[in-house]
Amino acid sequence: MSTAHEVRPVARRGRSKAGSGMSAQEAAFLVIPALLPILILSVLPLARGIYLAFTDARAGLDVPTNFIGLDNFQELIHDDLFINAFKIGLIWSVSVTAIQFVLGLCLALLLTQNLHGRWLARSLALVPWAMPPVVVGIMWKLIYQPQAGVLNELLRRGNLPGENIDWLSSFSWALPAVIVVGVWAGMPQTTIALLAGLQAIPDDMHEAAAVDGATAWQRFRTITWPQLRPVIVAITTLDFIWNFNSFGLVYVLTEGGPAGKTELPMLFAYNQAFKYGEFGYAAALGCAMVVVIASGLIFYLWGRLREATA
Amino acid sequence: MIVSSHPKRSRTLQYGLMLLYIAFLGFPLLWMLSVSLKGPRELVELYPSLIPDEPTLENYRIALDDSDLIQSAVNSLKIAFATALVTTAIALPASYVLARRRGILTTFGLGWILLSQMFPLILIIIPLFLLLIDLGLTNSHIGLVLVYTVWALPFVLWMLQSYVRGIPRDLEEAARVDGATRVQILIGIIAPLLAPGIVVTTLFAFITAWNEFFLALVVLQSADLYTLPLKLKQFVGIEGIVRLGPLAAAALLATIPSLILFAIIQRWLTRGLLSGAVKG
Repeated sequence: MSTAHEVRPVARRGRSKAGSGMSAQEAAFLVIPALLPILILSVLPLARGIYLAFTDARAGLDVPTNFIGLDNFQELIHDDLFINAFKIGLIWSVSVTAIQFVLGLCLALLLTQNLHGRWLARSLALVPWAMPPVVVGIMWKLIYQPQAGVLNELLRRGNLPGENIDWLSSFSWALPAVIVVGVWAGMPQTTIALLAGLQAIPDDMHEAAAVDGATAWQRFRTITWPQLRPVIVAITTLDFIWNFNSFGLVYVLTEGGPAGKTELPMLFAYNQAFKYGEFGYAAALGCAMVVVIASGLIFYLWGRLREATA
Repeated sequence: MIVSSHPKRSRTLQYGLMLLYIAFLGFPLLWMLSVSLKGPRELVELYPSLIPDEPTLENYRIALDDSDLIQSAVNSLKIAFATALVTTAIALPASYVLARRRGILTTFGLGWILLSQMFPLILIIIPLFLLLIDLGLTNSHIGLVLVYTVWALPFVLWMLQSYVRGIPRDLEEAARVDGATRVQILIGIIAPLLAPGIVVTTLFAFITAWNEFFLALVVLQSADLYTLPLKLKQFVGIEGIVRLGPLAAAALLATIPSLILFAIIQRWLTRGLLSGAVKG
C-alpha cells in the first residue's frame, strides 16, 4: 500500500503529459472505425478528384481515361461559361456574405437589448437553419411567383413600380432575387455567432466607458468592434466559403437561369459532371473553386495573425 | 449595450427595427402557410390576399394522399436515421481520442476536419460516384448513407470531441487511481456524462441528412428511391398555379420533423458549435 502511495503522483504526472495515459494501441483501436472511412471514402477520393482534374475522364463504363496535363485548365480559362459562373459566384458570395453580416450584426445588437418580444425575433432568426434548402427555395418561389406571388401584389397595392416583373426569369432581377433568398437562409448562423460574441464581452467594459461619458457610437467603435473582431473574421470567412459552395437553394429557385444569370460555380460543375458526363473538366472546376476558397482562408489567417501580433 | 443620449427615441427606433426583422424573417413563412390553406379557386385569383377567404385543409389531404410523397418521406426517414446512427457510432470512440490525446494523429485529425469543410463537394462527389459505380451502389440507399456518413463525419467528430473536452479529466484520473480499466471508465463515467452531447450530435446529423439535397441528387436516379427534398424539387418542375397549394402544404410538412428536433437541440447546439469560435 505504501509503495502505491509513493508511485501515484509520479504516474499521474507522467500520464497528463502523454495525454490521458492511453497507449498507442488503445488509441489506434478507438480511432480506426472513423479513420478507415475517412481514408477510403474521403482522403483518397479527394486525391483522386484532384488527379481527375488532369485527365479527360468522362462518364460511361468503357471510356478510357488519359492523363492530359493542364489541358482542362487551359480550356477553363477560355470557357466563357466558366468565367461567367465564377463571376456570378463571386458576386453572389460577396453580396450575400456582406448583407448577412450587416443585417446579422444589427439583429444581434438588437437581441442584446431588453426588448419585449425579442424571443420572437430570436426564434424566427433560427428557423431558416432548420429548414431544408429545397423548402426555402419553394417558399420564395411562392413569393416571387409573377401572378399568385405576394411580392407583385404588395408592389401593386403600394403603387410601386415592378408589379409585372417575373423576378426569377428576369435577366436583371434574377440574381438580386436569389441573393435576397441567400441572405434570408444564412441569417441564423451569422446572427447567433455574432450574438454569442457580443455576450462574451464583459459588461464592465461598457459600464466603465459609460461612466467616462463615452457615447453609444464611441463605445461600439472602441469596445464592441475590437472585442468582436475574431468572431467577425471567423463567421464572415465561413459564410463566404459556404456561400461560394452553395447549390440547393439556387438550383431549386432558377436552376441557374435565365441564360446562366444565376449559374453559381457548383451548378455549373454539377451540369458539367452529371449532365454532360465531363468528370475531368468538372474536377478541374472544383480545383479552381478551391483556389478561390483558399484565398478566402488566407484572408482569415491574415486576420488571425494581425490579431495575434496586435 | 447601446444606449443613446435620447433613450426614448432610441427605444422606438429599436422596436421599429425589430419589427422590420420579424417581418423579413417571418413573412415568407406566413405566406407559405397562407398558400397552403387556399383552395384551387383562390389560388388562381388575380389579387392574392394573405388571409385565405375560405381556409381549407384540402392541400394537406392531397399531399398526404400522394403515395409517392409518402414513399419519399419514408425513404428520407430511413436514410437520415441510418446516417445519424452510423456516423455517431464510428465517431464516438475517435472523438474521445481527439479530445484526450495529444499527438500527430490528433493534430492531423482536427486539421482534416477543418480542411474538409473547405473543399467544394463537387471535388469529392465525382470520385465517390466512380467508387459507388465500382461497388454497384449508385442509385441505392446504402450508397447514399455511405456518402452521407463521409460527409457528416467531420462535424459530428468536431461536436463530439468538444463535448468530451467539457468533461473534467480529474473524474477519469480519480477512477483510474481507484483501479478502473479503460473500458470501465468509458462506459461507466464518460458515456453517461456525454449522453446529452451524443443526443444533440445524433439529432443534428439526422436533421442535416433529412435536409440534404445535392448528394441525393447525384446518387439517386429512380423516382421510387427519391428522398423528400428530391421529390419536392420534382413537384416544383411541374408546378402550374393550381399545384402551388399542395406544394406549399407538402413543403411545410417536410419541415416539421427538422423544426421539432431543432427546437429541442438548439440551445445546446449553438453552445457546442460556438465553443471554439468565441474563445478564439
